[in-house]
Amino acid sequence: MNDYVIEAYDLTKIYKMGSVEVRALAGVSFKVRRGEVVSIMGPSGSGKSTLMNLIGCLDQPTSGRYILDGEEVSKLKDDQLAEIRNRKVGFVFQSFNLLPRATALANVELPLRYAGVSKGRAERARRALELVGLAERIHHRPNELSGGQQQRVAIARALVNEPAILLADEPTGNLDSKSGKEIMELILTLNRERGTTIIIVTHDPRIAEQTQRVIRLMDGLIVEGGA
Amino acid sequence: MNIAQAIIEALQSLASNKLRSALTILGIVIGVGAVIAMLAVGSGAQQAITGSISGIGTNLLFVFQGNFTEDVRNPKPLTLGDVSAIRDVFLAPSVANAAPVIQGDREVSFSGEQIRSTIYGITPDYLVVRNYHLIEGEPINESHLLERASVALIGPEVADKLFGAREGVVGSTIRIEGQPFRVIGVLEPKGGGAFGSQDNVVLVPFDTAQNRLIRRSRDRVDVIFVSATSPETVRSAADEISQILRERHRTAIGADDFTVFTQDDFIATANTITSVLTIFLGGIAGISLLVGGIGIMNIMLVSVTERTREIGLRKALGARRRDILIQFLTESSLLSLIGGIIGIGLGWLIAFIVGRIAAANNTLLTPVVGVDAILLATLFSTAVGLFFGIYPANRAANLEPVEALRYE
Repeated sequence: MNDYVIEAYDLTKIYKMGSVEVRALAGVSFKVRRGEVVSIMGPSGSGKSTLMNLIGCLDQPTSGRYILDGEEVSKLKDDQLAEIRNRKVGFVFQSFNLLPRATALANVELPLRYAGVSKGRAERARRALELVGLAERIHHRPNELSGGQQQRVAIARALVNEPAILLADEPTGNLDSKSGKEIMELILTLNRERGTTIIIVTHDPRIAEQTQRVIRLMDGLIVEGGA
Repeated sequence: MNIAQAIIEALQSLASNKLRSALTILGIVIGVGAVIAMLAVGSGAQQAITGSISGIGTNLLFVFQGNFTEDVRNPKPLTLGDVSAIRDVFLAPSVANAAPVIQGDREVSFSGEQIRSTIYGITPDYLVVRNYHLIEGEPINESHLLERASVALIGPEVADKLFGAREGVVGSTIRIEGQPFRVIGVLEPKGGGAFGSQDNVVLVPFDTAQNRLIRRSRDRVDVIFVSATSPETVRSAADEISQILRERHRTAIGADDFTVFTQDDFIATANTITSVLTIFLGGIAGISLLVGGIGIMNIMLVSVTERTREIGLRKALGARRRDILIQFLTESSLLSLIGGIIGIGLGWLIAFIVGRIAAANNTLLTPVVGVDAILLATLFSTAVGLFFGIYPANRAANLEPVEALRYE
């Protein structure tokens, strides 16, 4: 088995805004080891979000190769990308992005449903919720949960399919400092105890200093931590 | 994602916007209800008309002078000679009986009450052919004809209007065009028919009518009522009558100068008219269903825009194009299906009320909600939901996950 969960070679991304071409990524290469905790930092406009979209397989690079968990994904079609996202990427968003009408359990079950899992779905979702410490609240809806609890549900949802990477975009950005700290602790614990590879996109240096490696972006290029 | 889950999820999503969903459904309810009610009233009208034509008697034929579809020069009138030829067992084995009739609308009065009704000059056979029965009294017989007797059988409507009763009127003397006639019997009611009311009639002996009331030249007959030996022989009886009359009128070549009508002809004509009417009404109702469908499309487009972020999230979690498409199509189909089911109820209710109103006005119209109409409306409304749901669902499915997640 390959030692690297992420291998990116010379990724570029060019957006066309009318007649103007915007070069969001200008050739980015880096690798992430299995079990590593990496943060991606950079000022706004540095290509941080674009890189996150490429890592999360939400978008395709204009050129370059991207290999996620041993699979070349830079040439895949939309539905194949959806399957890769489902199996290999767990997303945690700044604004939680839970379905407001569904219970915590149903929210966590969602990726399993898209994966076509029909047996033991509720059981797996319950275990994921136990893992993040929400065993008591599986039938609550998002509006009955605090911000920190909502983000825990989101983390459970990200983990339920046992993905290759957990990709968190400003996971503490919408939380008060206490719950933010708890969430960071949870994420780091998951890495320590389960060996989950974690990539955190942030502009908060206090978050970044808790990670093993910081990749700094500037004007679409990696200026530090590319390894 | 299996279908049951998709339906549960769609129901939850529709329930989260109850008023909006209800109003959208209402559009379909009105459309489907209108279609069902119109089709029901249409087929009710058809059955009422068919029924009243059948009420005339099932093996009856009518022979009229002239041709109803082609121009004929100098059509020969029907005569008593024609009647005897039609009654000839050897010439027309399928004919059981034939009765000549002359008719005209005349004033009928009794002690100050005056009404207008149809006077038929008949032979005793007429009562047999038309299957008339008497509430009281005795029928017109051969001697009445020979004597040119001033006697009359009156219809129940005439009895009601002149005497205010249907019994105990035998022996009274009514006046037709001022001439006195003795009532010898009252007919049983038959209801409305193809020639207007069959109850507002006065029957008098053929010869009496010919000489004193309707004044036709000797032998002339207005209509010949013919009964076939059985309902199955109506067609061959019609052929035999045509054969006989062509020979007698010397129109073996060219167009006939007479017309033989069977009840089937009347029913077929009436059915054509009511079918056109039903299609027309159903079509207008269909337009409202279409408008309901556009309502669905409108609301689904709003819903897709509102839930752009949700769609982005679902895609990030691994939903494929198809999953999103199914999700939104399920919602729009459910809207129209629920609307369709309620609409069937509403349509049935409208049909029922129309039937009640008709009954209250003594009109024979019982709307019929057919299984075919229900199936048609359900299928059509679901198809409308699917059709108008495709565009919004497609739009949702084609959203780029990156764009959708960024949407605020």
